[in-house]
Amino acid sequence: MTPERYKSKEDTMPPQKHDLINQEMQDLNNDGIDRRGFLKCMAWAGTGLIWTMSGGVPVSQVFGKNLNSGKPGNFSFAQISDSHMGFNKPANPDVVATLQAAVDKINGLATAPEFLLHTGDISHLSKPDQFDTVDQVLKGASAKDVFFVPGEHDVLDDNGASYLARYGRNAQGAGWYSFDHKGVHFIGLVNVINLKSGGLGSLGAEQLEWMHRDVAHLKHSTPIVVFAHIPLWSVYPEWGWGTDDSEQALGYLKKFGSVTVLNGHIHQTMQKVEGNVTFHAAMSTAFPQPAPGQAASPGPMKVPAERLRSVLGVADLNYLRHPHSLAIVDSSLA
Amino acid sequence: MKKMAIEGLAMCLIVAVILLATSPSMQASNEASAAVAGVTIDNFSFTPQTLTVSVGATVTWTNRDDIPHTVVSTDDVFKSKVRDTDETFSYTFTKPGTYNYFCSIHPKMTGKVVVQ
Repeated sequence: MTPERYKSKEDTMPPQKHDLINQEMQDLNNDGIDRRGFLKCMAWAGTGLIWTMSGGVPVSQVFGKNLNSGKPGNFSFAQISDSHMGFNKPANPDVVATLQAAVDKINGLATAPEFLLHTGDISHLSKPDQFDTVDQVLKGASAKDVFFVPGEHDVLDDNGASYLARYGRNAQGAGWYSFDHKGVHFIGLVNVINLKSGGLGSLGAEQLEWMHRDVAHLKHSTPIVVFAHIPLWSVYPEWGWGTDDSEQALGYLKKFGSVTVLNGHIHQTMQKVEGNVTFHAAMSTAFPQPAPGQAASPGPMKVPAERLRSVLGVADLNYLRHPHSLAIVDSSLA
Repeated sequence: MKKMAIEGLAMCLIVAVILLATSPSMQASNEASAAVAGVTIDNFSFTPQTLTVSVGATVTWTNRDDIPHTVVSTDDVFKSKVRDTDETFSYTFTKPGTYNYFCSIHPKMTGKVVVQ
């Protein structure tokens, strides 16, 4: 499905609409896509609007509905990213407090997530005490299982050896792995190791071969969730916001009806749907970064203190077994 | 008389040595005669991007960003530890040549040192 075919959601945008599932069924039966309306919806990302992906059609709804009530096979998980523990510059002098706020947000969700994904830059400088602090704060989350992938800040100086020692017990290579949860296949990838001069994020041949084998046996109807630190689509290569060999990885996923790709690294929400694949980048829990090309560099963006928590956040993902959809809610910490 | 001449010569030599040692640091950092030279890191960029120095020169990189960076030679000639804000890395170039380098965590950041 091409972007031009997206349904206009202008009439469903205001936050007073009703039941998401009814909404979703209704949208599945509608035609008449309007790109302008779709882009307008995009602007709501991060302000508490819900997105449901169903057959490639994005559906928006207000944050806070209990999507999973009583439906067997449905579940939620939450994504947090870029906690940069140890960062203490003016853009956020207290990253512990904002990570704690993210955990509080997760614990307050209408549907308790069954596990957490952390999409990297756990620490700012790969220091043991920084990882310790994150682990300690995340212990306060209602969801006890946390699945990590490293960001470039987690593999400094030792090429990821200490990250692997801590988080890579069940991982392959530089820390990649997959697991299944209630019929959904999750793939955690590492694209921050052995980066080449002038290049972008990199998965590397060994990991690509592993991924090819990993998905080969899966049925085409299996929903796939891929998570990695650096975006697996070309967000803004000028700032390194992309992955050199992501196309090869996505090529292995062409046969699947539903693929969701979750990333961090860019410290802002961004979303794109391309064919069967929904790409989504989450906010940081530590500090915001500028929109692509809107500053001299992608460095930390200082906003007034009272605004900081409105540009940090978590993503809540709700999987509905019928009709196979994944709703993504970006929720700020404000 | 002879002693004075020797002293005078010695003084000249001392002055010359002092001049040699201090004058390069007064010059723009991209001049070929520099014995010490600096590269700054601001906004995810190395400045100057191409630095020309003489054999024996010591180059010091200073990170002025709020984000850590590294300085890594593409040919494994030198490799810094991660450098956080205001931290530095120095390397002395003992052989002529062109040394390309980059930040291994932000590989779009590249630079070059030409040693003559």
